[in-house]
Amino acid sequence: MLAFLVQRISQALLVMFVISVIAFAIQDGLGDPLQEMVGMSVSEEEREVIREELGLNDPVLVQYLRFAGNALQGDLGNSYFYSKPALEVIAEHLPATLELVIGASLIIVFLSVPIGVYAAIRPQAWLSKFFMGISTVGISIPVFLTAIVLIQLFSIGVTVNWFPSGSGWGQWLNDFFSTDGGMPSYGRGDDLVHLFGTWDSGLFTSDGLAHLVLPCVSLASIMLPLFIRLIRAEMMEVLQSDYIRYARAKGLSADRINFLHALKNTMLPVITVGGVQIGIMVAYTILTETVFQWPGLGLMFLEAITRSDIPLIVAYLMVVGLIFVVTNTLVDLIYGLVNPTVKLTGKKA
Amino acid sequence: MTTATVSRWDRFRESFVWYSFKRDKVAIISFLVLLLMVLAAVFAPLLAPADPYDLAQINIMNSELPPVGIDGADPAFPLGTDAQGRDLLSTILYGTRVSLMIGFGAVVLQAVLGILFGLLAGYLGGKVDAILMRIADVQLSFSTLMVAIIVGAVFKASFGNLMFGEIAIYMLIFIIGIAEWPQIARTVRASVLAEKKKEYVEAARVMGFGTRRIMFRHILPNTLSPIFVIATVQIANAIISEAALSFLGLGMPETQPSLGSLIKSGFDYIQSGSWWITLIPGLVLVLLVLVINLLGDWLRDVMNPRLYKG
Repeated sequence: MLAFLVQRISQALLVMFVISVIAFAIQDGLGDPLQEMVGMSVSEEEREVIREELGLNDPVLVQYLRFAGNALQGDLGNSYFYSKPALEVIAEHLPATLELVIGASLIIVFLSVPIGVYAAIRPQAWLSKFFMGISTVGISIPVFLTAIVLIQLFSIGVTVNWFPSGSGWGQWLNDFFSTDGGMPSYGRGDDLVHLFGTWDSGLFTSDGLAHLVLPCVSLASIMLPLFIRLIRAEMMEVLQSDYIRYARAKGLSADRINFLHALKNTMLPVITVGGVQIGIMVAYTILTETVFQWPGLGLMFLEAITRSDIPLIVAYLMVVGLIFVVTNTLVDLIYGLVNPTVKLTGKKA
Repeated sequence: MTTATVSRWDRFRESFVWYSFKRDKVAIISFLVLLLMVLAAVFAPLLAPADPYDLAQINIMNSELPPVGIDGADPAFPLGTDAQGRDLLSTILYGTRVSLMIGFGAVVLQAVLGILFGLLAGYLGGKVDAILMRIADVQLSFSTLMVAIIVGAVFKASFGNLMFGEIAIYMLIFIIGIAEWPQIARTVRASVLAEKKKEYVEAARVMGFGTRRIMFRHILPNTLSPIFVIATVQIANAIISEAALSFLGLGMPETQPSLGSLIKSGFDYIQSGSWWITLIPGLVLVLLVLVINLLGDWLRDVMNPRLYKG
């Protein structure tokens, strides 16, 4: 176990090192801090002096070590646009993204487990086939398109007049297919509750929660089909195994077998994959936040790109890289703890 | 020459692939829809009523006209017009062309990289394998989309908007190819590991063939069917990635739109009620990706390789 622990952690450190090298290369290759600091009127000689003072003429290795040393102390430079430390800017935007991810994860967990289990227990039922069909289509719909359709349906609203409104039925059908709209689709609203530090939460007011609904549903929509398929596949495999057959032969009730014995072993791989997927959700938050103008990390990153705010881009890469590495390592370690049969130090299958 | 092609055709008609294709309605319909869309995209310059790249044909007075069937529509523009007054049908035809080009191009690039690295990792093993697969693991754990966004952002920042717009097609092929090669490399490596142990490889080695010859001439042909399956799904993924990048403003410029940048440019006008500019290209995109995915699912069932489907 100790060897496994050491191996995983040293691997994580190696990955973090590579990320820092990439981030440094971006900073070094793209940013010219001088251009941001001094005006056009400064002469070439004066520029050279400032360059020397800032250490921009040092060997690359020295510059990298300085960069890494500062990063370890939590200093990733100042954002050009916000003119304050990049990490501070990130800390301000992090809570919005976290709330989005938490909301989406809740939707995924509470929908994917029942649907996946149902589809595994009754694979031939029409409802299972319906859910599996929906999830195939769902995988093919990009997250920003789901978001746009949701905005059109529930924020702008759709008025249908396909049916003749003369008769009562036509009017009823028209009303049935029309939607009111009115759901907020822009930002987080004004009614935020200050929690602590930089965390202003929208989780405690009805206005804040209403603003969360559409972004969370959009973000959940991309992962939901994956999880339903995964849970169904795992559960079906478990249901084929010997111990389940034995439990059946013993005469245990179907519910007891399904939910007590099978579900437990289904959830193990699901939790592992789930942990990794939550990390991957960070990429999709960029798209979701762009559509809904959600003031989180993703939107901040995209704005940093359009503003060529190099320090902020670099800081974002480092922070998101850290989040990925930590979640992946934790998931690996937990899996090693929970499932003793996994080959600990050997090569991954 | 003709006898050879005839016999190949006969062999195909007696194959299991053709047999199961004939019996799968979903596969037939998906294939026909895909064929129709590819043909429409290839012959876009002949089919499209207008040339969306030609500024002289655009009249700003025609902007935001709705599709036929809604009040205020102009029959000259069957699917309506976008905010610049371009005929939406023509822009969609040209946009599908751009999306498909990038999708195929990116998959060709990732296939080249993936096959090369997968073969090397699988056949040589040892350190080469460990390093290449570690890189692949890390890249996959970051998700291909994230890698594509970061590479795209760096390119855009270093080339500048104008320059990036001009070479956007090649950039996107490069970005998506780089971001997604691990998927194919893993598949290739897995099948190479299985093939490596077989006797014909042993025989080839005993006969004194070089490593390169064994890798490319002996092992590679036997790993082609899983590559083919995963490449199909990867085209759909590449098209979605391209649309996502374009939607974020890291892809095709609006003057030469792909489906993704059409959706993006239409999104700015959705609040004013012009839903068709964004939703019709969106529908085309979903249809395109859906039929490719359905075909991929069918192919995987037919060839039944144990595949990692990311």
